[in-house]
Amino acid sequence: MGAIDVTTLTAQGCRDLLAAREVSSVELTRAYLDRIAAVDGAVDAFLKVDEAGALAAAEAVDAKPVGQRQPWEGVPIGLKDVLCVKGMETTCGSKILKGYIPPYDATVIARLRAAGLIFLGKLNMDEFAMGSSTENSAYKVTHNPWDLDRVPGGSSGGSAACVAASEAPWSLGTDTGGSIRQPASLCGVVGMKPTYGAVSRYGLVAYASSLDQIGPLARTVQDAAALLDLIALRDPRDSTSIGLSEPVGVPLQENLEGLRFGVVKELVGAAIDPGVREVFDTAVDAIGSLGGVCEEVSLPSMERGIAAYYLIAPSEASSNLARFDGVRYGHRHADADDLYEMYVRTRSEGFGAEVKRRIMIGTYALSAGYYDAYYAQAQRTRTLIINEFAGAFATFDYLISPVSPTVAFEIGEIADPLQMYQLDLCTIPVNLAGLPGISLPAGFSAGMPVGLQIIGPHLSEKGMLNAAYAMEQKLQVNTVAPLGEVAR
Amino acid sequence: MSAQPRSATDRGWEAVIGLEIHVQLSTRTKMFCGCELSFGDPPNTHVCPVCLGHPGVLPVTNEKAIEYATRVALALNCSIAERTIFHRKNYFYPDLPKAYQISQYDLPIGIGGHLDVELDDGSNMRVGITRVHMEEDAGKLVHAGGASGRIDGADYSLVDFNRGGTPLVEIVTEPDISTPDQARSFLTQLRSLVEQLGVSDVNMEEGSLRCDANVSVRKPGDPLGTKTELKNMNSFRFLHRGLEAEIERQIDSLEFGERIAQATVHFDPATGTVSSLRSKEEAHDYRYFPEPDLPPIELDEAYVGKVRQTLPELPAARKERLAGQYGLAPKDAGSLSSNKRLGDYFEALAAATGDARTSANWVLGDFSAYLNAACIDVTQSAVSVTALAELLGLVADGTLSGKMAKEVFEAMTTSGKDAKTIVAEKGLGQISDAGELEGIIARLVAANPGPAEEFRQGREKVLGFFVGQVMKETKGQANPAMVNELLRKYLA
Repeated sequence: MGAIDVTTLTAQGCRDLLAAREVSSVELTRAYLDRIAAVDGAVDAFLKVDEAGALAAAEAVDAKPVGQRQPWEGVPIGLKDVLCVKGMETTCGSKILKGYIPPYDATVIARLRAAGLIFLGKLNMDEFAMGSSTENSAYKVTHNPWDLDRVPGGSSGGSAACVAASEAPWSLGTDTGGSIRQPASLCGVVGMKPTYGAVSRYGLVAYASSLDQIGPLARTVQDAAALLDLIALRDPRDSTSIGLSEPVGVPLQENLEGLRFGVVKELVGAAIDPGVREVFDTAVDAIGSLGGVCEEVSLPSMERGIAAYYLIAPSEASSNLARFDGVRYGHRHADADDLYEMYVRTRSEGFGAEVKRRIMIGTYALSAGYYDAYYAQAQRTRTLIINEFAGAFATFDYLISPVSPTVAFEIGEIADPLQMYQLDLCTIPVNLAGLPGISLPAGFSAGMPVGLQIIGPHLSEKGMLNAAYAMEQKLQVNTVAPLGEVAR
Repeated sequence: MSAQPRSATDRGWEAVIGLEIHVQLSTRTKMFCGCELSFGDPPNTHVCPVCLGHPGVLPVTNEKAIEYATRVALALNCSIAERTIFHRKNYFYPDLPKAYQISQYDLPIGIGGHLDVELDDGSNMRVGITRVHMEEDAGKLVHAGGASGRIDGADYSLVDFNRGGTPLVEIVTEPDISTPDQARSFLTQLRSLVEQLGVSDVNMEEGSLRCDANVSVRKPGDPLGTKTELKNMNSFRFLHRGLEAEIERQIDSLEFGERIAQATVHFDPATGTVSSLRSKEEAHDYRYFPEPDLPPIELDEAYVGKVRQTLPELPAARKERLAGQYGLAPKDAGSLSSNKRLGDYFEALAAATGDARTSANWVLGDFSAYLNAACIDVTQSAVSVTALAELLGLVADGTLSGKMAKEVFEAMTTSGKDAKTIVAEKGLGQISDAGELEGIIARLVAANPGPAEEFRQGREKVLGFFVGQVMKETKGQANPAMVNELLRKYLA
């Protein structure tokens, strides 16, 4: 049926249509598959579209009486290609995992499968989640649906672009230093990184284990909250998981009375583009008009976050990515004469430049004689950042900042890795401290989306999403990218 | 094979030896996943995404393994860390699926312990325990083709991950050991200790107990020499021979004016020689860092106290108790304590017979000799405690002489029959029937009036003649004490 206009649909909208029996899950899934067919040639959000699998799963849902279905059963979703889905190729955007079919489901995937969601396919990303533009994918460059010449952000660029382009009502991404929030900001959708440990990492191909978290990208705060509730749990397979202290439920808060917001001074300074700053100031005004109080707060260690992150994350990555050695799965160089040559050539061929760079940085930082100066020093900095946040939360309920210093830049515009790393200024400290953070669409600068970051204390997801909901209702920002001219 | 090497001391040198012992823990499942432990099953039948190192998997620590490691550390008198963490030890090798081993580094579960060891000459020495730490085992490689039997030059290599992820404790000693004999005594008693803790099969041939040695030599009083790491000694004999060979090699080199290169040295049991595997000049950098996938483990006093209560009686304590409770010589008490099952057998036997000393003599004498000759364990003995107690009862009541009892025991070990059956079958019962003996003696005294008269006149020696006649008549089965007593009566 051609009457389903997916560009206006949220996940909640999908659920309502299914519940009212206005559409079947097959019709809904088909509508999204048609949308993907129409626009993904231009957006390139998907690495793989599992048309047959999605339709088969939708048929199985349709075979069940509506009354016996779970709330979200039959609603489609897109998945970042860093999540293991049993039987579905999982590459992490890397050649070294080309053809790798996981023999197991990630815990979040098992949860979504059990909840009856329909997996549309796997979404493009920076190789092994290392990057801020999705240009580091070994397979394709994803385009920002608001301006196809620009990047969608990264590393969850496919996850953000597919929602902005209405190719899926929502998606899962992962966030190690901003990889959900930054692309959400650049693509004008809601993206949320939960408290470290709220969501199981089992089956998330590790980049930096102490920083990685899986989280939702969606068109609305309510959808993001619902997806978070579906995936958050303490998982016996992940010893670092704790789950949420309580489910978020449906955020319905209308104002911000009695809430104090700290504007992080170090994250709104000269590094922030004036256009972004302007949108941020509008958001600060909105908070005031909702009854909230905004005050500036100085957290001087935040500026050291990038340096600490780019030692800790590569250190962990150098170890996490060592298993891609050509012995058991994935790419293996075929003509090596001995073991050492097989290792070297397999990894030289399989990894891209940014991944190699971070493996080398991390290997160096962990080496005897350098460990204390680099890795250990970075961990001490991390402790400072944790303590500064804790101090701020003694005064403030939430902290706010921009998500990205700039709007989406043009594809190929930033070639210097250090310049690219600087873009993570506002998001990285949140990961280092294990805090929850959200990117909420706040407005536009020169036609490109700008997000507002809200940072909460550990496990404050429920309150934070309620506050975000109140702002979302006040700001009323359009989340539908104008892709009319490319949609066939 | 080289001739028996002269000891380092004889040559004016001193060896400095530290041991690293890996013990596979006999938990039901692996260290970080739910796969069951196995030995000898078809390759790669006890594996899962976690122990195969698939992308995205996470380790979950086996709590039983922590408990077992705590037991080992406590038994070695270590202090238990209140907070212990895992580290990653990074290196590439095909038997290591994650390309890092989850191990422990600067916060191991136990530090600063010791084991008191009884040496072959009966003296004691204390060997310091530097640390006890937990880690996971690697898989096994099989190399096909190629001459060396190593991965370089092989046509292809196969990996079996059944063993991968098996929980290990590594025990590291201080360099307190100075001779191969001491090393062997230490390892023997450590093995016995770990076995008694019930945490491992401690089978060196199957690799559940593995020992490496760090060895250097020096002139007495000199600073420490350059050490080598000696590997592949999978029996007590090989440990001893490997150390002998390596110490001799180092002394030979130094006396020849060469320097010792820091290296890993491989012992070849077939030739009894040692050979350098790879130079350690460029020491491996394992880039240890804290394992971010596993939270720290807090072992509070209550936990440690609970584990302490599960410890069985340890050999040192048992030795003391056996000596006191049964009045045994320290050496015998020590021997009975070093092997838990032998000690258990002794205590059951002593209870059944009520005669601890005789029981100890038998258990350490004929019984141990039988086990050693048959190369079997106490549990495989054909002679149960009850059966041996019955035999000792026949000695105690005079039915059998000590000599006859040995004969019966031997028959018991081969036939599995009980003592009474064997005595009856062989007609071995000692004649203690006064009436029967009196008849024989009366007849003999009457038939030999001359010697009888000589005895009456005071020639004590003649008694021996009569005893010999009685024994001849009874095929040696007469009770000697009764024979003596009756002869005096009839010759009076």
